[in-house]
Amino acid sequence: MGNAVTLIPAREQDRQLISKVEKEAGTSINLCYQCGKCTAGCPAAFAMDYPPRQIIRLLQLNLVDQALEAGSIWICASCETCSARCPRGVDIAALMDAMRREALQQGKITDKKVAAFNKAFLNGVKNFGKAYEAGLLMQYNLTTGQLLKDAGLGLPMMKRGKVSMLPHSIKGKDEIKKIFDRAEQLGGE
Amino acid sequence: MKEFAYYPGCSLDSSAIEYGMSMERTADILGIKLVELEDWSCCGATSGHNTDHLLSLALPARNLAIAEKMGLNVLAPCAACYSRHRAAEHAIRSSKSMGDKIREVIDMDVQGTVETLSILDVLANDIGPDQISQKVTKPLTGMKAACYYGCLLVRPVEITGFDDPEDPQSMDKIVKATGATPIDWSYKTECCGAALVTSRPDVGNRMLYNVLRNAQESGADCIVTACPLCGLNLDMRQAAVEKEFKTKFNLPVFYVTELIALACGDTPKQAGSDRHFVDTLKYLSQIEVNRVRAASEKAEQKAEATESETEAPDPEATQKKIDAMLKGWQKNPAKMAARLIEDEERAAVLVEVMTGDKKKMTRLAELMVTDADKAVKAAEAFITAELKKKQA
Ligand code: SF4
Ligand code: SF4
Ligand code: SF4
Repeated sequence: MGNAVTLIPAREQDRQLISKVEKEAGTSINLCYQCGKCTAGCPAAFAMDYPPRQIIRLLQLNLVDQALEAGSIWICASCETCSARCPRGVDIAALMDAMRREALQQGKITDKKVAAFNKAFLNGVKNFGKAYEAGLLMQYNLTTGQLLKDAGLGLPMMKRGKVSMLPHSIKGKDEIKKIFDRAEQLGGE
Repeated sequence: MKEFAYYPGCSLDSSAIEYGMSMERTADILGIKLVELEDWSCCGATSGHNTDHLLSLALPARNLAIAEKMGLNVLAPCAACYSRHRAAEHAIRSSKSMGDKIREVIDMDVQGTVETLSILDVLANDIGPDQISQKVTKPLTGMKAACYYGCLLVRPVEITGFDDPEDPQSMDKIVKATGATPIDWSYKTECCGAALVTSRPDVGNRMLYNVLRNAQESGADCIVTACPLCGLNLDMRQAAVEKEFKTKFNLPVFYVTELIALACGDTPKQAGSDRHFVDTLKYLSQIEVNRVRAASEKAEQKAEATESETEAPDPEATQKKIDAMLKGWQKNPAKMAARLIEDEERAAVLVEVMTGDKKKMTRLAELMVTDADKAVKAAEAFITAELKKKQA
């Protein structure tokens, strides 16, 4: 009795969410026959709660919330090894990507650090048109409360002419802001 | 002359400044014309596609639109820039509705008519290793380089496609053309941890460690890359990884363009190689020593060959040479043995045989002056006899 699996009937909304993610990723989870080749080659699997094969399995079982809350989707480095090797042509990396964006939209961010890094990076691009590395480190470290974490690397970077303390703006930086705004408006469609 | 719309991206004048410097030198040396893309903007990198799909395509699409106006293909040395621009091209070409959306977001026309190329593709396939080696004046003799491709230059295959995703060769060919020796290793396309090294060092550092360790265990004495993030991770974080895993790698990290600039005569400073974290200068001066030594050995051999061909045998001069040769054997038998026998172990046996045996020494000295081939044969015979004796 203790080993019995409780099968919960899939909710319609879960099914819909899964097809939305599949559509965004341009792939189908039903192709997967659970061979595990993706997990075997994943360079970050050692740190994941649900390695890639298991993420797919969760989705096949309609356990989409569990998948969205997995730490794995934030540990995935988007290295594309899994997708390149899957014998069934499942684009796992694209699924991981779509899941991250979905988790972000739902506010289910299990790894605040990665999300904070992305936000800080894009903020620089939105404001200046280029990545602003010094600003990125500062903003990222502030939001994650690790103010001094990379401070030890700041000085050696500067000595080698590798960071400028001031952002370089491009001429068309207003265009870039508009691109961000319009992408946000249209993206939801 | 090859001409490209040059997209340096955000890293090539900051964290990967040596990549930018050596890229421009490489273009100069090989006659590639780079026209910087007018008012280019950031491609959004990984953060873009982690956050918003449409935005992640629209940002590079703006640059593609500018390149289309210039009518030039784009050269993007950074692996992430290359990958994002290729992804945008792919999306624009393969779906009309996505293309329309992108055009609306950037408020510019873009049709996917230009192609973004990586520096590896251009160097290995457009320019070609032969053209490169023709320009080499200071070959990087003895450099054992682990060519590290990382992820985005070879994956996803639908988007990249210029090299094999599991065992790419383009960088190996380029590195070989500089006179260095690319080693075989199994982590050439394994991920270095990318942004995780910054955002989650608990995970990223181990990935980095795996790459460094495999390079070292495979016999590399340096790593070559074409990705600014890989470069920064492997170089700047190497000390932290060494500390965390209680080991020493001491593997200098170069961008592939630095090797070209150096091999074509640039000083390390010109190539930007003095800006790394793991010291490269001591390493490069060792490579320089190797080169000079190899060159003088070659010159010596050549001189010897022409001497023996042209000079008519003059008994007195010959006797003098034999005496000199004999002295050589008495003073430095190892060096003399190395001249006859390539295999180190066998050469060592020859030294053993010769030491203290003046008769054999004289015999070999004579033969070395009068008939080099016979000298080798005699030496081989001495060694074989000695080995047999040992076995018995
Ligand atoms: S490699 Fe493909 S088929 Fe195999 S488990 Fe992973 S996703 Fe499924
Ligand atoms: S893309 Fe993500 S899940 Fe796939 S192998 Fe790389 S790290 Fe693992
Ligand atoms: S190895 Fe790392 S930094 Fe390099 S391409 Fe992959 S993710 Fe980028």
